[in-house]
Amino acid sequence: MMVTINSALKATVCVACVFATPAANAQAPALTDAAGSYRITSPSSIQFSIGQVGGGGGIAGNFAKFSGGFRIDGANIERSSVEFTLYPESVRARERRIEDFLRSSAVFDAANFQTVTFRSTSVRQTGPDTATVEGALTARGKTRKERFAVTLTDWDRRSISFTIRGSIRRSPYGMDVGTPIYSNVVQFDMKITGRRR
Amino acid sequence: MLRNSETGFGLVTIVLHWTIALLIFALVLSGFVMQRVEIDPAPQFTLYQWHKSFGFTALGLALLRATWWLVEHNPSPLPSLCPLERRASRVTHDTLTVLAIAVPLAGWAVASTSTLDIPSFYFNVMVIPHLPLAKSEASEDFWTSVHALLAYVTLALAAIHAAAALYHHFMRRDAVLTRMLGSGAPSSGMGVRGAQKRNDTVVGRK
Ligand code: HEM
Ligand code: HEM
Repeated sequence: MMVTINSALKATVCVACVFATPAANAQAPALTDAAGSYRITSPSSIQFSIGQVGGGGGIAGNFAKFSGGFRIDGANIERSSVEFTLYPESVRARERRIEDFLRSSAVFDAANFQTVTFRSTSVRQTGPDTATVEGALTARGKTRKERFAVTLTDWDRRSISFTIRGSIRRSPYGMDVGTPIYSNVVQFDMKITGRRR
Repeated sequence: MLRNSETGFGLVTIVLHWTIALLIFALVLSGFVMQRVEIDPAPQFTLYQWHKSFGFTALGLALLRATWWLVEHNPSPLPSLCPLERRASRVTHDTLTVLAIAVPLAGWAVASTSTLDIPSFYFNVMVIPHLPLAKSEASEDFWTSVHALLAYVTLALAAIHAAAALYHHFMRRDAVLTRMLGSGAPSSGMGVRGAQKRNDTVVGRK
């Protein structure tokens, strides 16, 4: 993804300055500038893909409808939090039959479970512009601890963007249909932009 | 024992015949259920995959049978059959031999042309590649119709064929069925009574 180096750098510096001495980057925006509550807005996207045996395309798609927000703690980045909700009914894939299958009782069972939710329980900074977010993912009525890797990609005074990646095993959620033809592991690739509330 | 004799079928022919027959009936049933009965999508998906694996097994055995049929001499028809019956059974057997290959080939074409592009993972052990056919909705629909049509024609013909075998066994009381069941076939359709008694116990044990 093409991120303007400049803004990414600025954002990087901003997060980095939690640990750096404030004097080191007197010019850079302070964390307190990034701190605040954000609402997830466009141009965000939540994409997923599942590999298939013998290589080939596998299953890929995205969710058209989701919502959520996050809060960046100005004093301690590790006290930040994120929550999001996605609506499996809005799943998009390369053809209708695949979408219907994903919505059906075989996978998301969207008729009985309208949402998939994630609520973070901990945020750990792993680098100048990276963090690991751990939290509770609930799908099909089952809640499990999952982990996502977050990378800061863009930042300005009104909005902030991340990529969020994670590999989720689907069998614990009762979604193991199609294994082992299709991998048990779903790769999530989300590009999330938050706008200040 | 393994090979056919002048008057009877050997074990190879017999085992192939009944294994293929069983597979075909099971495949028509599973095909019908997965296509035309309202079932949950998860078991339906699984059923499709079993259908393909057993279908490929049927294809392999049918090819083996056809080859066997070409290289092995076949027992002469029972003398109790009139010329018309000989011709009819010959045509039926040839057609069934071809259909047992054509039906799974058409099924393979369905899986290969489907835009869903679902791999055929033979019993979750080995990927069987798709046939080199272009994927499109039109092509998938076409092969689906061909596969279904051929499958139900095969079922109908097999039913007639099986009914004829039962007719020979129960009405004509000749050895048509029993020699496909592996009895030490009598050399003629005559003297049926003695042979019949022995053969009945064979059937009873099956
Ligand atoms: C002797 C072997 C086979 C028999 C008797 C058989 C029979 C059938 C039958 C009766 C149906 C349902 C048709 C309908 O009601 O519309 C069906 C569907 C199907 N069969 Fe087979 N089949 C055989 C082999 C195969 C093989 C080898 C494959 C694939 C590798 C295959 C793939 C399919 C598929 C994909 C469908 C569903 C078509 C669709 O949903 O569009 N079949 N089969
Ligand atoms: C319950 C079902 C079936 C019964 C009772 C049955 C019975 C028989 C009998 C008694 C014969 C021996 C005929 C002779 O003496 O010349 C025979 C041969 C044959 N049957 Fe069947 N059959 C059945 C199903 C099928 C099916 C589903 C197929 C199709 C693929 C099939 C294909 C053949 C063929 C090709 C022969 C010729 C001998 C050979 O090359 O194997 N039969 N069957």
